[in-house]
Amino acid sequence: MRKGSLFGVCVLVVIMAFSLTGRAQAETIKIGINAELTGDIPKVGEGTKFAAQMWLEDVKAAGGITVGKKKYPVELVLEDNESKAESAVKVATKMITEDGVLVMVGPQASKQAVPAGGIANNYKTPMITAWSTNPDTTKDRPYVFRACFLDPFQGPVLANFITSEFKFTKAAVLYDVASDYPKGLAEFFKQAWEKLHGKGSVVAYESFTTKDTDFSSQLTKIINSGAQVLFTPQYYNEVALIVQQAHQLGWKKPIVGSDSWGSAELVNLCGKDCYGDFFSTHYAAAGAKGATKAFIDRYKAKYGYVPDDVAALTWDSMNLAQTAIQNTGGLTGDLKKDREKVRTAMSQIKKFNGITGEMTFSGSGDPSKCAVIVKISDKGEFAFYKSVCP
Amino acid sequence: MVIFLQNLVNALQWGSFYALIALGYSMVYSILMLFNFAHGDIFMVGAYIGFGVSIGLLALSSSGALAMPNWLILVLTILFSMFLTSFVGMIVERVGYRPLRNAPRASAAITGLMIGIILETGNLILMGARRVSFPSLIQTTTYTVGGVFVTNKKIMIVLVSLLLTLALHQFIRRTKWGMAMRAMAFDFAVVPLMGVPVNTVIALTFAIGSALAAAAGILFGIAYPVLDPYMGILFGWKAFVAAILGGRGSILGATLAGFLLGFTEIFVAMIFPSTLRDLIAYSIILLILTFRPHGFFGEPYSARLRL
Repeated sequence: MRKGSLFGVCVLVVIMAFSLTGRAQAETIKIGINAELTGDIPKVGEGTKFAAQMWLEDVKAAGGITVGKKKYPVELVLEDNESKAESAVKVATKMITEDGVLVMVGPQASKQAVPAGGIANNYKTPMITAWSTNPDTTKDRPYVFRACFLDPFQGPVLANFITSEFKFTKAAVLYDVASDYPKGLAEFFKQAWEKLHGKGSVVAYESFTTKDTDFSSQLTKIINSGAQVLFTPQYYNEVALIVQQAHQLGWKKPIVGSDSWGSAELVNLCGKDCYGDFFSTHYAAAGAKGATKAFIDRYKAKYGYVPDDVAALTWDSMNLAQTAIQNTGGLTGDLKKDREKVRTAMSQIKKFNGITGEMTFSGSGDPSKCAVIVKISDKGEFAFYKSVCP
Repeated sequence: MVIFLQNLVNALQWGSFYALIALGYSMVYSILMLFNFAHGDIFMVGAYIGFGVSIGLLALSSSGALAMPNWLILVLTILFSMFLTSFVGMIVERVGYRPLRNAPRASAAITGLMIGIILETGNLILMGARRVSFPSLIQTTTYTVGGVFVTNKKIMIVLVSLLLTLALHQFIRRTKWGMAMRAMAFDFAVVPLMGVPVNTVIALTFAIGSALAAAAGILFGIAYPVLDPYMGILFGWKAFVAAILGGRGSILGATLAGFLLGFTEIFVAMIFPSTLRDLIAYSIILLILTFRPHGFFGEPYSARLRL
């Protein structure tokens, strides 16, 4: 008994020694999926898992990933981070040090992605988060990447969209001064708009505080300022009130928002008042074309529902990882060197054609990519309208 | 000028809510010398009850069992919800305040806060964190009068709230129960000796205050059709300010102060950057209270309180 366990330990040590030198990885590429499978946001984890498995099917059908002249089989290491920061760190550490993953995809939510990104960066392992929009996730971390745009990025995108689409020159902004996301976005929009149309082109810059329900005074100001468009980067429950009140006060011009509008609840609360308005987001299922549509149809057929933005962004993250691995030109078999190679390749990806838009990495972990402009159709659907680049 | 008139209309609507809720604070205070801090949450409960009643009536009407026009549904919703919410008020009084009637005022005040939290979280568990959308019982029609936009909803809200205030005034002035309330506000110790059923009068006071809050809740739901379980907190505080500003225990004062508060908020946002709205608006209120510490109609250093 004793001898048996001693022998077992010896074998384990030998195996670990081998795996640490990276020889065991030479034949298989391991990709870690650090996902929120249980906890507060299980739907996010589910979308991640399903998209990653669909990608794996494709790779398996192709017989693996071809790097240089060699074909490598791929293995996914799927782990649950329970939607908790501590667990995400634990999972990241395990994947990197024990499983020996070449790249880690996830965690998705910023709460998990920010601490896990620190681990990945310390262990010099490339990590791609599909969905985390917090700037801290990738900030000063050369090994951490993301597949989505950052919050502030939507400001200039929308300014460009409104300018080119409607040829408007005067805009009004209404935002919640007590909440970080709308406040930041309002400022970025104002900067971008004034850069395009000169100082004073934001003719009304009005605010309110969280929990306010009456915006009549601010809206009266906005309506009488001569603004041609109203930008309000608010959450869907406030959007419903703002849009309805604006119409009751006689506003007939377009109202534009950001990805915080993108909830199915919006149309429930807002009703017909929101029809015809626009907002920017990562991806739109209705009215999608080409590869995006193919992905949606395939996902829907397989899992029974229309994929949300997490699934689409995860799909792009997996393909980004694959592109980076292929762009290295050849793996050495030494995990440490290979991770470094992948990181370098990843940071130089140009014009990657993802289903959520074209992405280009120029040295940093944040892609410059195009946002999708969604128009709320007459049936209350979020329909793809246009892809807009900064 | 158009902007001014437009904001006048905006402020009339906004002030109506403060006025209706402030009445409930004022009535309870004049009799019990106690601020019912759960009142803002009773407003919230009233709005949710109104939501439930109107959904029920709409379903009944559309099923064909009892076809009703929408204005009738609205009237019935307001009446039913006022009736149901008055029981919520009476339960709050029976459970929260009556056992503590002779306790220090501070204990009764925190009871109100606790009941408020219970109502909020209870509703959160019952309805979930999802916002609910109040059904639009009447079609919005917008009228333009010389560049000023007025909707039929706004007119209705202001009229209904004025009507309710007037009804309350008549009730207190002209009925026996109203007289009992005034008497108790005048002298709480002696009135029971005259054979007035104190507990019944107090329960009635809570019932009426809560019914008015329910009416405010439904009108609010019509104007701002997004309800959430915490909507009563800030509103309750601001209406409380109006009750104090009006002069504790004064109906006329509470109504006027409610409208004044609405006007201040709207017009400050009109003149100054809207970021500074509450800062400036409430500094003005503070200034008024500095010069009139007993509010508009409150009487200094007297046990006598108006009702």
